[in-house]
Amino acid sequence: MTTDLKQVGGAKKAWEEGPVAKAVARFPERKEEFLTLSGTPVDRLYTPLDTADFDYEQDLGFPGQYPFTRGIQPTMYRGRLWTMRQYAGFGTAEESNERYKYLLDQGQTGLSIAFDLPTQIGYDSSHPLAHGEVGKVGVAIDSLADMEVLFSGIPLDKVSTSMTINAPAAILLAMYIVLAEKQGVPSDKLAGTIQNDILKEYVARGTYIFPPKPSMRLITDIFEYCSDKVPKWNTISISGYHIREAGCTAVQEVAFTLADGIAYVEAAVEAGLDVDDFAPRLSFFFNAQMDLLEEVAKFRAARRLWARIMKNRFGAKNPRSLKLRFHTQTAGCALTAQQPDNNIIRVTLQALAAALGGTQSLHTNSRDEALSLPTQDSVTIALRTQQIIAHESGVASTIDPLAGSYVIEAMTNRIEDEAMDYIKTIDEFGGAVSAIEQGFIQREIQESAYAYQQAVESGERIVVGVNKFQVADEQAPELLKVKPEVEARQKAKLENLRQQRDNAKVQSTLQQLSKTAQGDDNLMPGIIEAVRTYATLGEICDALRQVFGEYEPSVIF
Amino acid sequence: MTTHAKNDSNIWAERVLAGDRRALARVISLLENQEPEGFHTLKTLYPKTGQAHIIGLTGPPGGGKSSLVDRMIQEIRSRGHEVAVVAVDPTSPFTGGAILGDRIRMQRWASDTGVYIRSMGTRGSLGGLARAVYATVQLLDAASFPYILVETVGVGQSEVDIVQVADTVVVVSVPGLGDDVQVSKAGIMEIGDVFAVNKADLPGSQRVVVELQSMLDLGSHDVWQPPVVTTVATTGKGVSELITAIQEHLVVLQEANLLTKQRLAREKEALLQRLTERIRCDITKQWSNKQGNQAWENLAAKKTDPYTLEEQLYLSWKGVTTVDNQD
Amino acid sequence: MERPIRVLIAKPGLDGHDRGAKVLARAMRDAGMEVIYTGLRQTPEQIVEAAVQEDVDTIGLSCLSGAHNHLFPEVTRLLKEKDATDILVVGGGIIPEEDIPKLKEAGISEIFTPGTTTATAIEYIKENVKR
Ligand SMILES: Nc1nc2c(ncn2[C@@H]2O[C@H](COP(=O)(O)OP(=O)(O)OP(=O)(O)O)[C@@H](O)[C@H]2O)c(=O)[nH]1
Ligand SMILES: [Mg+2]
Repeated sequence: MTTDLKQVGGAKKAWEEGPVAKAVARFPERKEEFLTLSGTPVDRLYTPLDTADFDYEQDLGFPGQYPFTRGIQPTMYRGRLWTMRQYAGFGTAEESNERYKYLLDQGQTGLSIAFDLPTQIGYDSSHPLAHGEVGKVGVAIDSLADMEVLFSGIPLDKVSTSMTINAPAAILLAMYIVLAEKQGVPSDKLAGTIQNDILKEYVARGTYIFPPKPSMRLITDIFEYCSDKVPKWNTISISGYHIREAGCTAVQEVAFTLADGIAYVEAAVEAGLDVDDFAPRLSFFFNAQMDLLEEVAKFRAARRLWARIMKNRFGAKNPRSLKLRFHTQTAGCALTAQQPDNNIIRVTLQALAAALGGTQSLHTNSRDEALSLPTQDSVTIALRTQQIIAHESGVASTIDPLAGSYVIEAMTNRIEDEAMDYIKTIDEFGGAVSAIEQGFIQREIQESAYAYQQAVESGERIVVGVNKFQVADEQAPELLKVKPEVEARQKAKLENLRQQRDNAKVQSTLQQLSKTAQGDDNLMPGIIEAVRTYATLGEICDALRQVFGEYEPSVIF
Repeated sequence: MTTHAKNDSNIWAERVLAGDRRALARVISLLENQEPEGFHTLKTLYPKTGQAHIIGLTGPPGGGKSSLVDRMIQEIRSRGHEVAVVAVDPTSPFTGGAILGDRIRMQRWASDTGVYIRSMGTRGSLGGLARAVYATVQLLDAASFPYILVETVGVGQSEVDIVQVADTVVVVSVPGLGDDVQVSKAGIMEIGDVFAVNKADLPGSQRVVVELQSMLDLGSHDVWQPPVVTTVATTGKGVSELITAIQEHLVVLQEANLLTKQRLAREKEALLQRLTERIRCDITKQWSNKQGNQAWENLAAKKTDPYTLEEQLYLSWKGVTTVDNQD
Repeated sequence: MERPIRVLIAKPGLDGHDRGAKVLARAMRDAGMEVIYTGLRQTPEQIVEAAVQEDVDTIGLSCLSGAHNHLFPEVTRLLKEKDATDILVVGGGIIPEEDIPKLKEAGISEIFTPGTTTATAIEYIKENVKR
């Protein structure tokens, strides 16, 4: 039985002019215009007319097959559930180590490490700019010695570890490799991810160190090194998450993330790598926002668009090069400080979108994160939220359950088209790096962020507990505090290390690294050597800073 | 609070001369807001002016003017001198607000006591802008900064304004802005004393250099042939050469006995402008009454003509001032 | 002549989340203020020096990393040292309720926590600038 579109069209018109018109005349709809969270108009009703030129084989296909709209594996969650991975880390390596062991005991299947800002920006805990920041948003790592404590009692061949580290990603990866060596685990057994996505740092997250050119080199050096020595490692997590947090729309999240992805692939190809050698290890990281339908469509559109780009633009042959594998985190910016328990429900909806969108791993935020670092209780609820979706809701039993819904397919098409338009514009700028240097991407994000804020302030967009349904006199919840003595302890440890290690050896490896940086050879072996001598993160970054210089942000209004 | 002391511009002047940055900043605000107290202070300080080399920068938006200023500060500091910067950004004509973003690129100098940076919005009329910048530069000069850099918004009229302020005008160009738009724009070739082709790391900069050079060859320059310098503000390449060219320009002006002449001419021009502005203000005020309204109505009804009206306004204004003077 | 309020918006510390700071800067411009935005990774010294040089009426500090207890009071301490306590200082970011009294005691006039509208912040500044 096939649908006669003409007939549907006629019937729809009759319905609109008849019952709908009558109903609206008596009870006007709640709003003139209904918009998605990203500000795109949503129709009253979607019908087969909205998916008229849609070709099942070409546009959807089957799970595990090109263009991967329905998912990247043939059995998806029937085979294995997504990895439940909670980003955690604070204070010292000892405290974080305890938290990791607790999470593993609770059934978490992968570790996700948060580093403090000095670590992310390549400063030792003793650096003047680190003052007040040590151990605050994550764990402080100054040298291999801290990594040894961080993973003490955790066998590195048994866990997969994701590290949110970008500018100094090569150094943290080097520490992980040396640490594994000490545990007797060869590097080809290591599984995990480094974020390693500098472009989004320039536009949205701010933990950059070096200018674009040497940063891109560090990234391609990692690609090259890992394809040979650490083949199971995800060498980059190309992130739209933070771009979305900075206020962009769903379309922009897809567009800017994939444009960054294109820039990395181009850089690696230019450095002489074969696309199929490194592309299977590329991974992505998206945000799960509040608009359930739009988000599900976003994940599906991103998957399809990336497959098409890899195939058509880069001529990738290996099917694994075409698969957009992604981690998802629920939207931190959607959490409210008001009535924090409401955030549990928000996170549930967002996590549901990620599961319906076919994510490979998921972090669910804790209800109190708009107030401070999460408490153990809150982290547990967040993890339970995922477990309930996975085991009780039924959405993991069939693959891509919302496929074929008129609205979902229409939105998927629209997001893919509009994202492609953005990518074309970015190509006209000369690619993502130029578009960032000229402030285009930043300006687009800011426009969206400002428009959203105005919509909230005008009451056009309702945020429960914030601009509607407020309560007076909220009770302050129990919060986690980072102990202020963390900084002093970390500094003392560092001082101690500097006295105990072989400083002549440290200096000579650092000098060697500088020399390599001035040439074209792969930087990874030199960084590994430096790490092995317990050279600190700050010292290694300084050696590179002297050669590479530092990034000057282009701030745009 | 002492900083709020009114009517004692001598105290302001003393504090400025003593190197009090807070007082300097406050007096600039007074000047910017056109408060009489600011101008009184400037009266006291005027004899101290005339020592600074005032350097203006103009060029297309995003051309790298602020980045270049940042590098020029570095170069001037490394040569052992203090330096002040006035950076002008456009005020929104709709809201009267502004985001003054030039400072970001120079913010690393914030805690260097040998550097003073001040951001300004164009606020209202361009004539008014020139006035505030002019006065601010004089104050900084009196405060004995040997170098004063003025960055202006590179749009429309104001690039010509910079001539009224600076001894040496640096015109910044960049590659890739499309065919000679920037170069042949009326007036820009005439005002430049030094041409900086910035973003020389990008393709096409050599073409801009050649274009500028050929345009310059067309003009007649008896005393000073404006040089074209290539710079990369992001790395500092060429900035030392730029500063050297700027210094040479001043030396040539001095040797040709032109510097004092030019400065006096600027002073005169600025004075005339201020007078014009005041007179305009007076007349507008004077005629925004019933009699004025009647005159405009008559004009609309063609009962009078604008030339007769002009004569009447002028005479009546003159009458008032005469009366004022007799007071 | 009605003079615009001058504001310095700064992000002290290493935190790079500047969405809020930038949105506020724009809203302030649209409310007729002159906004000097100093960008990321500012030390308290840089912030205070810039505020003095720019003769601003108010400083807006934004910090989401949890380092506010160290950074905000350092700004007000330096302002005191420069005899510039007439500059109104406000702060925003992820700041736990229990930290607020101490920050206020240190001279931060108001703390805006997540969910505060730009209109509220602007209104507060308009009513409280000291000159
Ligand atoms: N590639 C390159 N980029 C530069 C150079 N100089 C400046 N830029 C970049 O150009 C952009 C604009 O620089 P600004 O210094 O703000 O330019 P501006 O002329 O002051 O801009 P407005 O004041 O907004 O008109 C920034 O992203 C700079 O990093 C250069 O020599 N080469
Ligand atoms: Mg500028």
